[in-house]
Order: sequence, then structure tokens, then C-alpha cells
Amino acid sequence: MSQTLLLVVILAAMALAFQLGRGRAIRTAGGPTGIKHLHSLPAYYGWYVAIWAGLPALLLLLAWIGLEERVITALLVQGLPAEMTQDLSEGRVGLLVNDIKNLATGGITSGDATPVVQAAAERYRRWTGIADAARWVLVLAVALAGLSVAWWRLAPDFRARNRVESTVLGILVLFSSIAILTTLGIVLSVLFESLRFFQRVPWTEFLFGTEWSPQIALRADQVGATGAFGAVPLFTGTLLISAIAMLIAVPIGLLSAVYLSEYASRRLRAWSKPTLEVLAGIPTVVYGFFAALTVAPFMRELGESMGLDVASESALAAGAVMGIMIIPFVSSLSDDVINAVPQSLRDGSYALGATQSETIRRVILPAALPGIVGGVLLAISRAIGETMIVVMAAGLAANLTANPLESVTTVTVQIVTLLTGDQEFDSAKTLAAFALGLTLFAVTLTLNVIALHIVRKYREQYE
Amino acid sequence: MNTTAEAIETSTANLKASDFDGDRTFEGTLGDITAAEARMECRQVNVWYDDNHAIREVSLDIGKHEVVSMIGPSGCGKSTFLRCLNRMNDTIPAAKVTGSIKLDGREVLDRGIDVVPLRAQVGMVFQKPNPFPKSVYENIAYGPRIHGLTNHREELDELVETSLKRAGLWEEVKDRLEQPGTGLSGGQQQRLCIARTIAVSPEVILMDEPCSALDPIATAVIEELIAELRQEYSIAIVTHSMQQAARVSQRTAYFHLGDLLEVGATGQIFEDPQHNLTRAYVTGRFG
Ligand SMILES: Nc1ncnc2c1ncn2[C@@H]1O[C@H](COP(=O)(O)OP(=O)(O)OP(=O)(O)O)[C@@H](O)[C@H]1O
Ligand SMILES: [Mg+2]
Repeated sequence: MSQTLLLVVILAAMALAFQLGRGRAIRTAGGPTGIKHLHSLPAYYGWYVAIWAGLPALLLLLAWIGLEERVITALLVQGLPAEMTQDLSEGRVGLLVNDIKNLATGGITSGDATPVVQAAAERYRRWTGIADAARWVLVLAVALAGLSVAWWRLAPDFRARNRVESTVLGILVLFSSIAILTTLGIVLSVLFESLRFFQRVPWTEFLFGTEWSPQIALRADQVGATGAFGAVPLFTGTLLISAIAMLIAVPIGLLSAVYLSEYASRRLRAWSKPTLEVLAGIPTVVYGFFAALTVAPFMRELGESMGLDVASESALAAGAVMGIMIIPFVSSLSDDVINAVPQSLRDGSYALGATQSETIRRVILPAALPGIVGGVLLAISRAIGETMIVVMAAGLAANLTANPLESVTTVTVQIVTLLTGDQEFDSAKTLAAFALGLTLFAVTLTLNVIALHIVRKYREQYE
Repeated sequence: MNTTAEAIETSTANLKASDFDGDRTFEGTLGDITAAEARMECRQVNVWYDDNHAIREVSLDIGKHEVVSMIGPSGCGKSTFLRCLNRMNDTIPAAKVTGSIKLDGREVLDRGIDVVPLRAQVGMVFQKPNPFPKSVYENIAYGPRIHGLTNHREELDELVETSLKRAGLWEEVKDRLEQPGTGLSGGQQQRLCIARTIAVSPEVILMDEPCSALDPIATAVIEELIAELRQEYSIAIVTHSMQQAARVSQRTAYFHLGDLLEVGATGQIFEDPQHNLTRAYVTGRFG
């Protein structure tokens, strides 16, 4: 609560600083008529003073909020009698500290409060009181100091605009680096865990081994469970399912995009495009049980009636449903690309006596091809990373096969099974998930980079 | 000299401000709209873009072995009229065309007719160059290929070369036939589009400001081409250059705010226009 109030006060100080700075700039220039002697517009002087009044104070407040609790807790633990804390585990100390704090704020404690604890609670209350007051005083002092420093520096030839703009730039850089650093952090953590995995299992075995059975003996005397970490069957499984998905999604998506953008009437377009996009809004888990409960049994029966042996969790069923899921992705991207082909090219072709289909085949599709390829590559990386459908419909058997009627497993499915259930965090089995994740990431990243590159190259053509 | 200027002064002195806005009453086209031997006959053609009545009751013939030039201020509907002649307005959903346009006696505006052979017969060069994002060679070869005009590579090579030569582009592009047509300069693209159109030998050629981005030398080449094409074909050309209209055309049509105000032999339009607005336009008093 007091934090919010303090924040409001800082904002008010900034507003005041803005007015002061702006007023002073105008006055030093000799009134509104003298504004042209200023280096920057008066508002920039206002902003400059406001930034000085607000930014350091806000940073201080942020740091204070982050550190206050920790410092007080440390002091509290130190203040407790040594014999009380020395043989308690870290968790127990935390509990004790919690008790003290609860007592201080009038909450419920876990047991009866001993005098020592009561004294500590008293101390805690006092310290937080002091900290609150100190925060107010310090933050306001910093705000005031910043304001006056900036205010004194104002002069007609002061380059306020440049200062303000570089501060704004700094803030923008800060925020974008947060996004980048988060990504980097994730990648690095996956990378380091993968390196730990590769210390136990050589990467050559991981990348080129053809047998996957990640069971590790829990007891030394267990038999038949040494674990094999050859990821090839997983990647071929992923590839097989993605290939089936693309075989379904690309023709259907592309042809429907051509129909919608070139042939369909405006009315039809108006309702069919949103309908297609609804397909994209269906949660993948719904597709998953659709695949497992409807499509897979149907395929098996169909196979039986033709005398084929279809596994109940066939790659075909999972791939087909995944393909359906990706159709709107392909069609909406292709539709955008086809629509981006300028009408003047169509006109040029028609005026030479070309039919509509000749124009589509020979002018529009070639012109849109780079964009379509980019869209398809993006769709492939989605298919490769797709998890839910394959978890439910593709099975767990790591078969090295190219037969779509058999059951296969994918990288994402194995990551899920490796990480769900009880296991030690640093077992080879768990670490294998990171290695799989890293490899998957590398593959999809490469695809995305290629796709984006192609799409960008295509864009340059018409702009 | 002075007297001519004075004559123009008096003849345009009674122009009223209302002549220049859309609320004028229009009593019909001055001059003779017919051609000696008509290839295309347009009667009472109207075009609307949604509610915008872009051209009104335009009637005009385009004769055999004739170049008709169309002049008039920007936005008066020259391109719109030209696009009616090969049904290119079909590609604009908002456009509605009424009236009658006949090519060799056959109605063009009939919904039932096949526009594909019509457009092969009535070729068009657009106001804005629109080369395909293909190589220079493929840009020219596109039309002959879809119409199956040639079956052999050598014939096609030769057709591409002669088309480019006639459009005055060959010398500039003969070493870069495989490079994209979109990479050419604006004027080169314009000539590429002309070459592309003549490669399929249309019998009527519609040219919408074909020389707008060309230097005088290239313009002379295109004007020569037009004179040569006239021996066999019919040409309608939109231009903003009075000199060009005077040089290349036999008849001239003056459009004004969607109306065809005056048609006549080119010499007569430029020397003795009937309508005040035509006179004002051709003498450079507005437009
Ligand atoms: N595609 C279109 N959609 C809607 N209105 C259009 C379209 N094309 C042209 N118009 C309108 O029709 C009128 C005539 O346009 P048009 O392009 O025929 O003029 P123009 O005589 O060729 O002019 P310019 O000399 O500038 O090329 C204008 O008012 C224009 O706004
Ligand atoms: Mg025009």
C-alpha cells in the first residue's frame, strides 16, 4: 500500500518537475517569444527534469523493494540466540522466521510463541517501521536531488532533446534486452543440461544410435535395463509423422488458398476465411483425442477390411490429424502471399489473352512461391514441435520404420514421457530430455531461419 | 502571332467556372464519331465505379489502319474507356459497364462471350508498367507460349528478339535476357511491356500513355513502331502530349470529366476545335 502511495508521489514529483523544467526553459529564453533561442522545444526541458526527478528515485525504490525483506530476514536470524539456529536445517529456519513475521503482523503461528520469538517479532516490527520511513525519506530525497541537479543545469543552449531521446532509447533497449535475455537464458540452461547428458552418453551414440530405450537400472542388481539413447528412431518417427502431415496440409491448404483468393466470390470469402481460421483455434488436445478415439480406430478398421495390418496407434492417424490441424496455417499464410501479388500482374497476364488458370499457374504462383515455401517451412517446424496430438495418438514404441501403418514415436512424445513421473533430476533419463529438446530446437530454428529469410527476400520484390 | 493569342482569348473568354465542375449539362459529342472503316464501334458506353459515374454515353469508332488518340485532363476517364475495349474492367469488382461495343460487328460487352480470345485480339499496354517478376526473355515469351504461337526454341528466340527490337529495347537488354524484368529502369519496363504486347500480334492495340517515362529517342522509336503497326492494325492511344497526339494519330478524341466532348481529324482538333473546352485544353490554357 505504502509502495503504491510512494509511486504516486514520485509520479506527482515528475509532473511537477516537468512543469518546473519547462517553465524555467521558457524563462531563461526570455519568455514565449524567445523560444527560438532554445536548443530544444520547451517540453524537452520539462521531460529532462522529470526524468532526473523520477528515474533515479524509481530505480532506488525498485532495488529497495527487492532487498528490504532479505536484509531484515538476515538481521532477524542473526539476532536469534545462536543455540536456537545452529542445528536447524535451512527449511526449519525459514519456518521459524515465518512464525516471527506472522506473529509481528498478527497472523497465525505454528505453535506457542516463546519469549525469544516474541522478542524477535517485536524487533521485526520495529525494523520494518524504520525501513518504511527510511524508504520514504531516501526516495523522496533522491527525487528532489535529481530534480534540482537537472533544474540547475538548464540553460538555453542545453541539449535537452538529445538527452531525453537517448534516455528513451536506453529504456527501449532495456526492455528489448529483457526479452532477448530470457530466450538466451532458456537456451543456455537447455544447453548446459544437454552437456551434462553428453558427459554420460557420447553424442555420437545419441545422434547416430538406432536403439532408444531410456530405462536406467534403479538398483545395481536389476537386469536388462542398461538404457540405450540412440535418438535416430525418434527423429525418423518425427519425420514420418511430419511428412504425412505436410502431404495432407500442403495440397489442401494451398489449393483452398488459391480457390479463396482467386475464384471465390466476395461473399463466400467473407465467411469461409473466418471458418478456416476457427480450425486454427481448436486446442491441439482436442485434435489429440479426435485422433486417438476417432481416426485411429477408423484407420484400423479400414486397414482390416483391406487386409492390411494397421497398428492401433499408427503414424498415419497421428500424421493425418496433424495435417488437418496445419491446413489453416498453410492456407492462411498462402492466401496472404497470393493476395500480396499485385493486381497489375494479373491484369498484365489477362491482357495478353491468358486464362485465369494459366495466370494462376504461370504468374501468380511463381510470384508467390517464395512466400508459400516460407509458409510451408514454418508449418513444418510447427509439425515437428507439435506434442499433444502425437502424445495421444502416436504411441511410445521407438520403431525405426518408414511404414506409416506401424506405430512410431516422436521426439516430443519422448520428452514428455521422460519428464513425467518420478525421477531424479540428474539421471541420464531426465537429462536426455534436454538433449532431445536442444536437438529439436536446433532443427526448428534452422527451418525458421530459412523460412524467414525466404519470406523476407520475397517481400523485397514488390516494395 | 498576337492575333492568334487574341483569338483564343476571345473564344475562351466566355468559359464559365461551372464548365470545370461535374454539374455541367452535356448536349452530345461534337464532331464525327465514326470512322471510315470501323474495327471497333462503341455506342453509349457508361462506366460506374460503385456510385461514381466515370464515363457517360461515350460513342466512338476505331477504324482500320487508324490511330485514334485520346486526350483530356487527368481523371477524365481515358483509361477507363480504354479498359472497356478489351473488358479489362471485369477485373475491378466495383466497375459496371453498359452500352454497346462491337469488334468486327460482334458484341464485346455480352456477358456470354469468351474474353480470352477477345483479349488476345485486343492487346493492351498499361499506364503503369507491370512486367512479370520473370526474366526479360520470359516476359516476352509468356504470351506466345500460352497461345502456342511457336513450337521451337529458335522461333521463340527470334520472336523475342524482333519484339524487343521493334520496341527499341533490344540493344539495352540483349546481354541480360535472363535477368528479371522487374530490375529494369522505369522506361525500359515500359518498353518491355510494349514488346510483350506486340509479341502476340493483337489486331487492335490499346496503349495507355506508353511513352510517359521515355526519353525523346525512345519515344521516337515507339512512335515509329505505332506508325508501322498502323499499316496492319488499329491503335487507340492515350497521351498527355499534344505533340505526340498530333504526330501519331489520324483522329483525336477529347475527354472531359467523363464526357467525350469532341472527336475529329487530328489536324482539325488541334487547329480548329469546335468546343471552347477543347480549345482551352489543346492550347494549354488548362489541364
Ligand atoms: N479502379 C477504380 N476504382 C474506382 N474508381 C476508379 C478506378 N479507376 C478509376 N476510377 C475513377 O474513374 C475516374 C476516371 O479515371 P481514369 O483512370 O479513367 O482517368 P484518366 O483519364 O485515365 O486519368 P489519368 O490521365 O490521370 O490517367 C476517376 O474519377 C477515378 O477516380
Ligand atoms: Mg489513365
